[in-house]
Amino acid sequence: MSTTDGNSVAEEETDAEESVDSFRTRARTWLAENMPLLPDGATNQLLAREDESGERARRLQRFLFDGGFAGICFPAAYGGQGLSRAHQRAFTQESLPYQMPTVFNVPTLSILAPTLLDFGTEEQKVRHIPAMLSGDELWVQFLSEPSGGSDLAGLITRATRDGDVFVLNGSKIWSSGAFRSDYSLCLARTDWQVPKHRGLTMFILKIHQPGIEVRQIKMVNGTGEFCQEFFDDVPMPATDVVGEVNDGWTVASRLLFHERDATGGGSPYVSGVATAVAGQDGQRSDLLDLARESGQTADPRVRQLVAEARVNDRVQSQLVERVTTGIRTGAFPLPAGAIPSLFAATNTERHFDIGLEIAGAGAGAWIDDDADRWGETYLLRQGLSLGGGSNEMQRNIISERVLGMPREYAADRDKPFDEVRHN
Amino acid sequence: MDLRLSDDQQLFRETTRKFLESTCPLETVRRLADAEPAGFDKKWWKRGAELGWVSMLVAEEDGGGSISGHGLLDLVLVAEEMGRLVSPGPLVPTNVVTAALARSGTPTQRREFLPGLVNGDTVAAWCLGTPVAGIDTAGGRVEAAPSDGGYVLDGVTGPVEAGGQADLYLVTIHTGDGVTQCVVPSDTPGVAVGPAHGLDLVRRYAQVRFDQVVVPPDGVLGVAGDAAADAERQLQIAVVLQGAEMVGAVNRAFEFTVEYASDRYSFGRPLASYQALKHRFADMKVWLEAAHATADAAARAVDVDSPLAAELVSVAKSYIGDHAPAILQDCVQLHGGIGVTWDHDLHLYLRRVVTDRSQFGTPGDHRERVAVAMGM
Ligand SMILES: Cc1cc2nc3c(=O)[nH]c(=O)nc-3n(C[C@H](O)[C@H](O)[C@H](O)COP(=O)(O)OP(=O)(O)OC[C@H]3O[C@@H](n4cnc5c(N)ncnc54)[C@H](O)[C@@H]3O)c2cc1C
Repeated sequence: MSTTDGNSVAEEETDAEESVDSFRTRARTWLAENMPLLPDGATNQLLAREDESGERARRLQRFLFDGGFAGICFPAAYGGQGLSRAHQRAFTQESLPYQMPTVFNVPTLSILAPTLLDFGTEEQKVRHIPAMLSGDELWVQFLSEPSGGSDLAGLITRATRDGDVFVLNGSKIWSSGAFRSDYSLCLARTDWQVPKHRGLTMFILKIHQPGIEVRQIKMVNGTGEFCQEFFDDVPMPATDVVGEVNDGWTVASRLLFHERDATGGGSPYVSGVATAVAGQDGQRSDLLDLARESGQTADPRVRQLVAEARVNDRVQSQLVERVTTGIRTGAFPLPAGAIPSLFAATNTERHFDIGLEIAGAGAGAWIDDDADRWGETYLLRQGLSLGGGSNEMQRNIISERVLGMPREYAADRDKPFDEVRHN
Repeated sequence: MDLRLSDDQQLFRETTRKFLESTCPLETVRRLADAEPAGFDKKWWKRGAELGWVSMLVAEEDGGGSISGHGLLDLVLVAEEMGRLVSPGPLVPTNVVTAALARSGTPTQRREFLPGLVNGDTVAAWCLGTPVAGIDTAGGRVEAAPSDGGYVLDGVTGPVEAGGQADLYLVTIHTGDGVTQCVVPSDTPGVAVGPAHGLDLVRRYAQVRFDQVVVPPDGVLGVAGDAAADAERQLQIAVVLQGAEMVGAVNRAFEFTVEYASDRYSFGRPLASYQALKHRFADMKVWLEAAHATADAAARAVDVDSPLAAELVSVAKSYIGDHAPAILQDCVQLHGGIGVTWDHDLHLYLRRVVTDRSQFGTPGDHRERVAVAMGM
């Protein structure tokens, strides 16, 4: 593994770089001159919903790239700025009033790009990382399958070697935003005669090409973010293998580490805050807005609930900082990344519960067309608790690999995969 | 524990831990509970003071000094270690009063009171005669009538930690023009101590009565009528130390509960091999690390007097105050019947944590402060 992984991004500025203060001032001026302001009360998350095709996000990402503010923690060799986390934090703070291409943050820049940095060949990195940073390439992860997501290593999509290519057959599912995206990292089985973890290979796969059908799946809130892909004899050049053939689990594990970092809030590759409302300090504020709009700010019960949510959000960022520091200094093992992920997911559950309570009757029935639809938001409460590894999987990781408790019994351990029962 | 300790702080923490382990293990705590009316041994406290337990928030020219230049961050290490062994001793009140004197005392007040406090000869208690910064601890009221540039105090406090042991009281009162603070030696005529009870085995409480107690002008600490910010800061220091203590206590109880679950067998396998229990341990681990994180963040904010300090202190108290008892009760549950016995140590921790949770504002009180900080 190369050393350019997420953990090697410097925490604070070093002497060689522009100081954080000077960078912040430069960013402030540049943002004011180049980036459109968020409309009143809007968040980037809301704007992203109206930008189904992702064209707006690509345009904004291009602005950042041309202005020298894309990929602040990415190496300069691949189009980034090569700066520290402190620079990225400063930029994010300055960016709060502006429209930002936050769709690029997850998974493209915070999960797939760092995985490529860790395991990609030089040629792969040069080909794709600058293209991600300039807004030309959106990426997705092709991991979960209809047969199962938690038991990722038990997947059954098959890549069969044929000379210089691997031929892909099978199906991936729950891939978010695949219809608007360009490339994926796709994990497929290349050897069926060995135990499950040893027969997998990770590929770079172009999404829109003959042999791949992408179908959008309607989600509970009516959007079509989820996709399913069907692969019918898709040829993949052997040069698109990431890492070693049959060593895809190593790459996938690293990918999942970056994913935990991203969902837990510790990734240095995330720029901007999707849920920030202009004028507030980056803390989620939709509950305060809800309380204000519904005239309940004097109700002691509502004050308790809104404050509880603020407490949880503050503690979440403090926890991210602690665990990121701990992993960097070796005080915590890598799987400790599951700690902030689980916190973030359960905090989100609680956040939605609080919103539902404050929204009161309005969650179930409303009159105004543009009323806050807390009920609809609530329907996707479990999103973060499933995506990126379910809470149950995170709890397994924490208990087994952080606390050292005995591993769960697994019926497929050390068995050749073709002898294992699966869906 | 803060993950960014300097070598000196690390060493200080280890020294403190060794001192506490050798001089005051849990058996000693249990013995003090029955045998020692003060809850702690004064000679032992003085040895602690020699290690720096009361010097951290005092400037060097006043006889204090810290390890890292960030006295509160050093003191937090002591609080955490004391939580780990549910140690006795008036760490919080003595340091709160000492810090207040160091911050706002006149040269005469500093010279008169600080040396004894810093070297451990005397201890101090903080009497809240009025609600402070939105926190109404136990509801005691002390009235103050202006008199000859000073005040005459009348009234009784709620339970005051170390109220019966203190040589010096810091009394916070409401005067017509705002918050005022007075330093009152415990042997001042009219001061009397009445009994009060505490859940903790070695932390003593008393009701402090003021019957026509005359406070001369030089007994006023800081600016009369303008001490609200001082009292807020005292509250912040108290809550930071409480938070560190709760985290230290829960951390230890969680450690031995994990060990217990690995060693105890049921249906032929260790408790720790059951997923239903592993998942609860995982949740507790998350809460525990979050408690560490927010305790440290609050300490850092108060240490540098950050504009966010008031909010971050209340964030920490709200979070830790809710989760520390929850974790401990789950540790009790995972121990089974032995967990609710007197002989098991869990209740020592539970008592300490519930005491800390309830003093200087409950989590709900602190959420109200957060709501105010949010502009609600
Ligand atoms: C919003 C969202 C976005 C997503 N985006 C993507 C994406 O971009 N790309 C992608 O590849 N996938 C994506 N996913 C899929 C996600 O990774 C899977 O849904 C997840 O891994 C769970 O897999 P599953 O749905 O097959 O459920 P299952 O694995 O069938 O699990 C069902 C339930 O059983 C529990 N469970 C399973 N095994 C165990 C066990 N051993 N012990 C205890 N409990 C267990 C699970 O926690 C879950 O609650 C996304 C999902 C969501 C919700």
